[in-house]
Amino acid sequence: MSVTPKSQVVLQVSDLACERDGRRLFEGLRFSLQAGAAIQIKGSNGAGKTTLLRTLIGSSSDFSGDILWCGTPYPQALSAMRESLLYIGHRGGVRSGLTPLENLTWYGAGQEDALKALDKVDLTGFEDSLCHSLSAGQNRRVALARLFLSNSPRLWILDEPLTALDVVGVAALEEQMAVHLYSGGSILLTSHQPLSLAGLSEVNLSDYSVSESFDDFGGEHVDS
Amino acid sequence: MSTVDVQMPVSEVRSGPGFMALFRIEMLLALRKRADIANPLLFFVTVLALLPLGVGPEPELLAKMAPGMIWVMALLATMLSQESLFRGDFEDGTLEQLTLLPQPLYFAVLAKSLVHWIATGLPLALLSPLLALMLNLPVDGYVCLLVSLLLGTASLSLIGAIGAALTVALRRPGLLLALIVMPLYVPVLIFGTGAVQAAIDGYAYSAQLAILAALLAAAAALAPLAAAGAIRISLDN
Repeated sequence: MSVTPKSQVVLQVSDLACERDGRRLFEGLRFSLQAGAAIQIKGSNGAGKTTLLRTLIGSSSDFSGDILWCGTPYPQALSAMRESLLYIGHRGGVRSGLTPLENLTWYGAGQEDALKALDKVDLTGFEDSLCHSLSAGQNRRVALARLFLSNSPRLWILDEPLTALDVVGVAALEEQMAVHLYSGGSILLTSHQPLSLAGLSEVNLSDYSVSESFDDFGGEHVDS
Repeated sequence: MSTVDVQMPVSEVRSGPGFMALFRIEMLLALRKRADIANPLLFFVTVLALLPLGVGPEPELLAKMAPGMIWVMALLATMLSQESLFRGDFEDGTLEQLTLLPQPLYFAVLAKSLVHWIATGLPLALLSPLLALMLNLPVDGYVCLLVSLLLGTASLSLIGAIGAALTVALRRPGLLLALIVMPLYVPVLIFGTGAVQAAIDGYAYSAQLAILAALLAAAAALAPLAAAGAIRISLDN
């Protein structure tokens, strides 16, 4: 078993500024994500959390600043980054016309592996019901079951993973995240709820908002 | 053990679903939503069945109008069913996941367009001889009508994907989709009706069919590219 050194920087962001609909959301953002570490992006509604995540996965190109994946800058590093990426956005990517099992196998999971993952998210018995007949929380669980697959990629970028989850679901998710971090994976997530996770640092986007302070590069956040 | 591996482990790199997997899942979804398949067909049959009631039952008049009417209705039926091509995937986030796949979005759009054609264009073309009989189309035109519709509706499905991709983020794309797509449909319509008319008049129609096939080849190569670009733009906002 290879233990990934803690110092290995996976994703590095410096002097990042993002725009949406012609409005500058934040600027001067800097943080670095290491292997085996997790960062929780915080910030008030509309601070640009989702935009930041979408920028990092390469879906939004309206940014200035530097993003580096394993030392290679975007956009050259984008395809390499995506190969190690598991992104679960605000919309979970669960097809309502498919069953939970079909959804997982569509994402490349084996039958057995998928069943095991569905068991972990407490969906045993629902494998073969269509997803549009499931509740919002259950659909969220189907999306999150991808985190429990054995071939799950190394970098997780999760947008509000805890929404619509009950207490047991949150606990199971935290446990899986801890396992992921221990095995050298990295997590970048947004959430308004507190998470109990070792190795979790915070970045507050409100500190980098444009209107709030005159000092664009003030409030340098050290994470780790 | 001491060397620092800068890259993420390669063994866990995913290849993602290939074209056949994309196609299979789209087929499965299409089969589960049978109403979506039936609607354009019902529209096609109903309007063409109403036509003799509207313009009167004179056989010569109907025969004269038949090629054009069948083609225009095929075009409308395809367009009406096109609106929902990417909508479901957009709303549940699947479209976003598709853009993150290692292989180009081109293949996903191609798979979707192909399934759209199998669900609407193909049955519509197969049904056309029956409707041609109702509209008193001369027998000489049947084969040509069928072949031209098979080639033409495939182009329509591909071209329509561009419009559907451009308007996927809009709440009510209806008229805008028509305005974007209709002008692009014109060449297909011209050569489609032209071929059938030539067949009825007893002329050779292979040239028109060849042009329809060429249009299809161009659409298969270019339309998914344009639609993939449009999807990325739609998702960016």
